[in-house]
Amino acid sequence: MTLEEKQIEIVEEFEVYDDWMDKYEYIIELGKELPIISEENKTEDKLIEGCQSRVWLHSEVKDGKMQFSADSDAIITKGIIGLLIRVMNNESPETIATANLHFIADIGLQEHLSPTRANGLASMVQRLKMSALKAI
Amino acid sequence: MVEEKIKVPFDVEQIRRQFPTLSQQVYGKDLIYLDNGATSQKPQVVIDAIAKYYSEDNSNIHRGVHHLSQVATEQYENARSTIQRYINAPLLEEVLFTAGTTAGINMIAFSFGETLKEGDEIIISAMEHHSNIVPWQMLCERKKCILKIIPINQKGELKMDVFESFLSEKTKLVSVTHISNTLGTINPIKEIIDQSHQVGAKVIIDGAQSIQHMKIDVQELDCDFFIFSGHKVFGPTGVGIVYGKKEILDTLPPYQGGGDMIAKVTFEKTTYNVLPHKFEAGTPNISGGICLGTAFEFLAEQDLNAIAKHEHHLAKFAEEEILKIEGARIIGTAQNKTSVVSFVIDGLHPFDIGTLLDKQGIAVRTGHHCTQPLMDFFEIPGTIRASFAFYNTMEEVEIFIKALKRSVGMLR
Ligand SMILES: Cc1ncc(COP(=O)(O)O)c(C=O)c1O
Repeated sequence: MTLEEKQIEIVEEFEVYDDWMDKYEYIIELGKELPIISEENKTEDKLIEGCQSRVWLHSEVKDGKMQFSADSDAIITKGIIGLLIRVMNNESPETIATANLHFIADIGLQEHLSPTRANGLASMVQRLKMSALKAI
Repeated sequence: MVEEKIKVPFDVEQIRRQFPTLSQQVYGKDLIYLDNGATSQKPQVVIDAIAKYYSEDNSNIHRGVHHLSQVATEQYENARSTIQRYINAPLLEEVLFTAGTTAGINMIAFSFGETLKEGDEIIISAMEHHSNIVPWQMLCERKKCILKIIPINQKGELKMDVFESFLSEKTKLVSVTHISNTLGTINPIKEIIDQSHQVGAKVIIDGAQSIQHMKIDVQELDCDFFIFSGHKVFGPTGVGIVYGKKEILDTLPPYQGGGDMIAKVTFEKTTYNVLPHKFEAGTPNISGGICLGTAFEFLAEQDLNAIAKHEHHLAKFAEEEILKIEGARIIGTAQNKTSVVSFVIDGLHPFDIGTLLDKQGIAVRTGHHCTQPLMDFFEIPGTIRASFAFYNTMEEVEIFIKALKRSVGMLR
């Protein structure tokens, strides 16, 4: 599946929810399922300090594809991270660096990516892309 | 003589009708606004006054001979005198317009700070808003003064015995909040003021959270400075008040230089204007000042005792219901407390709860509330804070509790 196809898949998954709370119920479930980043990778240099919630992001390149793992102390943030990682994992650094992540806005969660939201997500996306750029 | 105005009997529905922002929906749900500690909504009279100023009276003040300038100046000065009467300041020139609490504290920290020398001591408390911490840290760095912090107990009350032990002839300034924005604690400021005066220290009261809830009489308090923001007291943003005793203000150097604050400018020597203008450099927030006056006229008509009872009732009910949730803990359980309810729920992040409440139409604040040292003291990353105002209803609190329980259920 291409990165774009993965985005479309997620948007379709969310289309069944017309109520905000149902959407969030789903995000929370995703957050609970997200494999937690291994403790050894939960270090200061992987920490993205938001004003309210904190995010840890670990990235590596395997066989030319990017692999990410991440965690957050807030479960909604974690659920959204789960979505981001699902879209970005196993893609080449070039694809990630130039990706247009429209699915977040499409499912109505763009507020979480606003730098003023202070949950660390906006910085996380920036860091995801930076790590891809470095790997090119 | 302070004249007693006829008060309107308290009727929450009648009050709600005057606040248009309250009757709207967010995410398809009726908005329930419980973030009054951050800022208050505005009554129609204030909104109308802003529109009127810009549609009819806009002009620069204190400068023009022309008609409009005189109208604007008169309204601005009338607002000053409305506020003077409301807080019972002895003199009109003791009421200074600033941009808000933060601007006011910075102004006094600078100007009063100029009179301090190395080794002088300043006392603040562990529950201060960052705006009543950082300006003093900056001053202490600049002037090599010493900052002392009154500690608190687990309930969120000041340890007054420690405060007393801090006081000495080295103490030059004591700056404390009247009410904690995070905990709701009402501090014993009268005691603090009287004890500080005994060693000759001056006292600043951060009134950002008290002016909207209780009658303030600066003469009765005998504080040297009382500072607050307009936007938390039903007025516009970008305007605030510093009340300061004239005998002190007269001895302080000005804060900012510019127009309005001067008597005469030459390149050899500039002399400063008299109070209040000495501390009001440049074109101020004219509309803000005028409409803050309107907000105080509105406030003066309200029955503050009935309002305090109503708000207390809401907060108490909210606290009782929150405590029924497993793992819930109220942060700030002082004996003497206003209508602020800060809480945490074990294992759940305040940010998650705040996000889910928002989607149910409920506006609360989550995070550290600009009081990070306080969060460190309680060893928590932040709290969820519901802060009530007189336009909130019991029904709203019930919906809030229901929504909170639903959120907790989803997150567990
Ligand atoms: C106790 C207290 N002091 C100071 C401030 C700062 O007020 P402003 O941001 O309006 O300058 C606030 C506002 O949150 C406050 O609650």
